[in-house]
Amino acid sequence: MSEHNGNLLSVNDLRTYFQTEDGIVKAVDGISFELKRGETLGIVGESGSGKSVANLSVMRLIQEPPGKIVSGDIVFDGIDVRKLPIDDVRKIRGKRMAMIFQDPMTSLNPFLKISTQLMEVTQLHLGHTKQQAYEHAVEMLRKVEIPAPEKRVDGYPHEFSGGMRQRVMIAMALSCEPELLIADEPTTALDVTIQAQILELIKGLKDEFGTSVILITHDLGVVAGMTDKIIVMYAGKIFESAPTRELFAQPANPYTKGLLKSVPDPAHEHGAPLYQIPGLPPDVAHLPPGCPFAERCDRAKDICTKEFPPFVQINEKHHSLCHFAKEVYAASGGE
Amino acid sequence: MLKFIFNRILIIVPMALLVVTVTWVLIRVAPGNFYSTERNLPPAIEENIKKKYGLDQPWYVQYGTMMGNILRLDFGDSLKYQGQSVNEIIARHFPYSATLGLLAYLLALAIGLFAGIVAALKQNSAFDYGTMAAAMLGLSVPNFVLGPILVLFFSLYLYWLPPARWGGPLYLIMPVVTLAAIYAAYIARLTRAGMLEVMRSDYIRTARAKGLNEKTVLLKHGLRGGIVPVVSFTGPALASLLAGTVVVEKVFAIPGLGNIFIQSVLNRDEPLILGIVAFLSILIMIANLAVDISYGFLDPRIRYE
Repeated sequence: MSEHNGNLLSVNDLRTYFQTEDGIVKAVDGISFELKRGETLGIVGESGSGKSVANLSVMRLIQEPPGKIVSGDIVFDGIDVRKLPIDDVRKIRGKRMAMIFQDPMTSLNPFLKISTQLMEVTQLHLGHTKQQAYEHAVEMLRKVEIPAPEKRVDGYPHEFSGGMRQRVMIAMALSCEPELLIADEPTTALDVTIQAQILELIKGLKDEFGTSVILITHDLGVVAGMTDKIIVMYAGKIFESAPTRELFAQPANPYTKGLLKSVPDPAHEHGAPLYQIPGLPPDVAHLPPGCPFAERCDRAKDICTKEFPPFVQINEKHHSLCHFAKEVYAASGGE
Repeated sequence: MLKFIFNRILIIVPMALLVVTVTWVLIRVAPGNFYSTERNLPPAIEENIKKKYGLDQPWYVQYGTMMGNILRLDFGDSLKYQGQSVNEIIARHFPYSATLGLLAYLLALAIGLFAGIVAALKQNSAFDYGTMAAAMLGLSVPNFVLGPILVLFFSLYLYWLPPARWGGPLYLIMPVVTLAAIYAAYIARLTRAGMLEVMRSDYIRTARAKGLNEKTVLLKHGLRGGIVPVVSFTGPALASLLAGTVVVEKVFAIPGLGNIFIQSVLNRDEPLILGIVAFLSILIMIANLAVDISYGFLDPRIRYE
């Protein structure tokens, strides 16, 4: 741990491209981030910003073709996952790093019993016998607070509600007590009341197991209460990265500011129309030469459409991809 | 489940009677009859024949007699093959068709499933393109073309296989291959499409994320969902294969039910036509029932009440 600067995961200049009929789509284009043990990282961005692809790349779950990790290092506890033979990646997947997906309705196999789906993880990675794996499955269901787990474990996914299925997914992901849990929009497909429960559950289990978590979401409200630091992604690039508190208090990127303004605030502006960032995310197959956000940015200047912006360091832990990062930072400090 | 099966079997009876009725009407509506020839019969003889076979009765009496016989599973004697009952004829000829059909079915399943799964796994590979091209060919070449080509090549040119008739296992090879080709091609395409669909689904990604190897992902997580479309195809396919395929039986001079069926229609042999129609419709309904039952085993979301 100390031998890797305390980082459990460090991603450096990751680029994942997709070959499409429309040309090469640079879904993830040179992102870097680090995650310490026990830390929670939030990755925020609109649909198509590359946040899911980045994490599927970490798990080496990108389908090739059409996708390909063209460059970058993914170092997990000293292991370069990108260069690892796929058979060795499988020994890490599900055991040391696990993933929860967005749609619990389709992420569980409808043809297999919950018990089968839970048991196969520990039988594979922990060498459990059938009996041990079954007991462990019941235990995991109890941990994710599914009522009457010893009965429900023999059920099929269609007998569970969406929230319950997501609990099963979490139980499955945490079966081997992974060091890294990637949660890809774990609450997006759920009712608002269930969302809070699932987030609480992830939070509680994270503390219990000491797991590092990457929480992917497009909902800033979700990451606010749960994460230590946040990465804001746009068009396959990191637009801003900062500790959670600082990002909310003093963003240094116009895109982040736009996102923050788009969060409904019931305490203020009652009845006023909700702010939205004008325009749509760009087509990542045909990016303009300048800043990909320039067209939608309210403070864009000539330089923004001509030159790609620099990744400006605001302070030790705060970076922003913008020609005017420092100005934006200063301006939002005064607000 | 048992109740469902029982209900379905109950439905088979009226359905078969309905099919028989429609067939009976069609036979009556069509011009001509079993005793008509180019020469006109003397009226007295025609009278006698009508009397003997009850054709002088009003239509509802005839229909009633026919239905009564069928409900007792007695289709009577063939009009053409004197002294042979319809039941005997079916019992004698069905085994040929059934042997042929069953073997062709198993061959088509084995080839189709294997080719489809491998093609899906190696999508856009040479194997994929090769298999799908072969499947396209298999679908496009009718069996009355494929059969003679095989005979020409393997019998008349290479002298490897007997060209026709029923004998040892060697006699079976070409008819079975001819019969299986289209079904194998169809199953291969269905399997490939089904597997491709499933292997892109979220739960396969979950299975991969667990660290399972591709073989487990495919066989344990992918296969069941992938072959659902195949199952719905194979039920009716089995029925029509068992029922005998007229063309293949003709090409290879096999005394199967298909051959007899066509003959019976040409002869206007009413009891035989009705007997075979009833037999085949029941067979098809049982095959469909078997498919519906197997869905229940395949997909836990389907439950029969």
